[in-house]
Amino acid sequence: MIIAVMALGLLAGASGLLLGFAAIRFEVEGDPIVEQIDAVLPQTQCGQCGYAGCRPYAEAIAAGEADINLCPPGGQNGIAALAELLGRDPKPLDPASGVEKPKMAAVIDEQNCIGCTLCIQACPVDAIVGAAKHMHTVIARECTGCELCLAPCPVDCIHMIPFAPSITTWKWTYPAVEVKAAA
Amino acid sequence: MSALFPFHGGLKTVRHKTESNQTPIQAGILPPRLTVPLRQHIGAIAKPLVQPGDRVLKGQMIGQPDGYISAAIHAPTSGVVSAVDQQPVPHPSGLSDLCVTIETDGEERWIDREPVDYRRLHPSELRQTIRNAGVVGLGGAGFPSAVKLNLAGRSEPLATLMLNGAECEPWITCDDRLMRERAAEVVAGLQIMAHLLEPQEVLIGIEDDKPEAIAAMTAACAGTGYEVRPVPTRYPSGSVKQLVKLLTGKETPVDGLPVDVGVQCFNVATAYTVHRAINCGEPMLSRVVTVTGQVHRPGNLETLIGTPFAELIKQCGGYRENVERLIMGGPMMGFALHSDDAPVTKAANCLLAAGSAELAPELPVLPCIRCGACMDVCPANLLPQQLYWHARAKEFDQARDCHLFSCIECGCCSHVCPSHIPLVQYYRYAKNEIWAKEKEKQRAEQARQRHQARMERLEREKQEREAKLRQKAPVRPEPAVASTNPHSDPLTPAPSPAKGEGHPEG
Ligand code: SF4
Ligand code: SF4
Ligand code: SF4
Ligand code: SF4
Repeated sequence: MIIAVMALGLLAGASGLLLGFAAIRFEVEGDPIVEQIDAVLPQTQCGQCGYAGCRPYAEAIAAGEADINLCPPGGQNGIAALAELLGRDPKPLDPASGVEKPKMAAVIDEQNCIGCTLCIQACPVDAIVGAAKHMHTVIARECTGCELCLAPCPVDCIHMIPFAPSITTWKWTYPAVEVKAAA
Repeated sequence: MSALFPFHGGLKTVRHKTESNQTPIQAGILPPRLTVPLRQHIGAIAKPLVQPGDRVLKGQMIGQPDGYISAAIHAPTSGVVSAVDQQPVPHPSGLSDLCVTIETDGEERWIDREPVDYRRLHPSELRQTIRNAGVVGLGGAGFPSAVKLNLAGRSEPLATLMLNGAECEPWITCDDRLMRERAAEVVAGLQIMAHLLEPQEVLIGIEDDKPEAIAAMTAACAGTGYEVRPVPTRYPSGSVKQLVKLLTGKETPVDGLPVDVGVQCFNVATAYTVHRAINCGEPMLSRVVTVTGQVHRPGNLETLIGTPFAELIKQCGGYRENVERLIMGGPMMGFALHSDDAPVTKAANCLLAAGSAELAPELPVLPCIRCGACMDVCPANLLPQQLYWHARAKEFDQARDCHLFSCIECGCCSHVCPSHIPLVQYYRYAKNEIWAKEKEKQRAEQARQRHQARMERLEREKQEREAKLRQKAPVRPEPAVASTNPHSDPLTPAPSPAKGEGHPEG
């Protein structure tokens, strides 16, 4: 098991390198405004905004076709960042797109996975590895939490698990002090 | 005696050193169970090398450094591994982290210890030995020492190797006792560091409230050319950049490191550990911990890593009444532990059982009156009230522009603020938010690249299919699988049984 996990890890690392290279090779000259908007979007690629991914949504915003409050993963902070970038007023998230949720990652119940590869075809960031008829695994580090793999799974063996708090992600909170008006 | 160059700001603090520095370092007891965290350093968590049920020897590596900035972890005594899992660790969050739990057998059976002659080793081998011995900065930071002992890639020779024996925080006396009792060993470690770094001078800074330590270190340095320099007792003289300024007059650049101005600095306990690693062949298994405050017999204990704090308290006669908080580190820079079950780590220099007398009373927070007192004491030459305004308003970019990351969280500003504003809490909050945003950005960029690569792959596959169709070659439809698909990998896990059979492909 350990060896398998290590092998998958190695593969993931190698493909990461390849992809990085691919990104450099295939980088296309784009509209700078679209680039800037795209850089603010969370890149979850979930399609909840009604577009086929973050970049198409960025293009739609740049073209004035879409409002800035349609991306649930970006949430209120994302809307604020877009508003600042575009010199507009922030507004609440459009409830028609969805609701802001804590970050989650997909986990495949490996006992029940039948190796159908449907989830692999759905995953926009190639975060799932596995061959046909073999058990599949989500590379948690690469999963954006878009949930696109849930619906295609014929045996419902994929679940979204919230990120467990850990000392590497833990943050000091905003000081909870009550400032008294001068005594 | 050479001139000193006072740093800006700082505080005269209460000392509380004599409570714990009057008695020699005592050997800690061997507890029935040790919980050894695999992350006790800055950098990547060590990879576990053992499984439950494994027998381990004292000094055996149980966690392997994972990458360059990481550190090895060793079994502090012999016994049997009972678990490799999440256990509470000393951290402000009170959360758990991956630990190796060892049921000790009381036999203290060692690995083969092989002392080496450092003059005969190639520098890279010597560094490798230090790295494999798990040596990290013991002043509290926990940065892997082997990395700091490598100056390859720097054109200038190192001007100054500095040893930090200032120990400026109130209550803490572990370095004081170590220098008094084991000065020769500390200097032996320093010699190994000097051998690797070839500095033009070697300076040892010690606060002048430790005359015995100064005398012992001066005697141990006889004939080496190393210079012991007493520095005035003023908090935070033991903070690296401030000590560099004090001893050399050099200002470390705001966002730089002392090595940028030709100074490399180590804690005295780190030098001692390097000596044990090279001259005795013993990896880092224990450290001296000051146990003080509201305990019956305060003192310094040489404690195995992984010993629960509760055992230290017990050995020091137990708590006195009215302990309100257990602090790891000193009262200025330390943090409150969530429980005394957490284990001693390499960074644990002090355990302070604080009662109401030791804690600053919680006074009502008032609005900032812009008095400037915080600015006058800031040893990093920052504008604390400015930082506070930005952090409070969540204006992180502005806070960063005001050099938030040069703040050493010394607490001088909060200490003097007449409005009792918990300034450092705001700075920590702002730093964490900035880091988290940075990480999120990196993740998003990674996802964007992976998504783009996928789109390009799909496009390529589509074109290939069309090309094949045009050739009218017989094609068998293949499911589109990820590029990460380990088709040809012999290590691919076995197919899941039964259920997978007969299911239509793709
Ligand atoms: S909703 Fe947000 S994260 Fe999802 S595709 Fe649209 S822009 Fe990307
Ligand atoms: S594994 Fe599932 S949830 Fe995660 S990125 Fe891929 S499709 Fe989305
Ligand atoms: S010391 Fe406190 S009140 Fe005075 S300027 Fe600083 S933050 Fe404001
Ligand atoms: S905590 Fe930071 S801002 Fe405050 S005095 Fe220390 S270095 Fe300056």
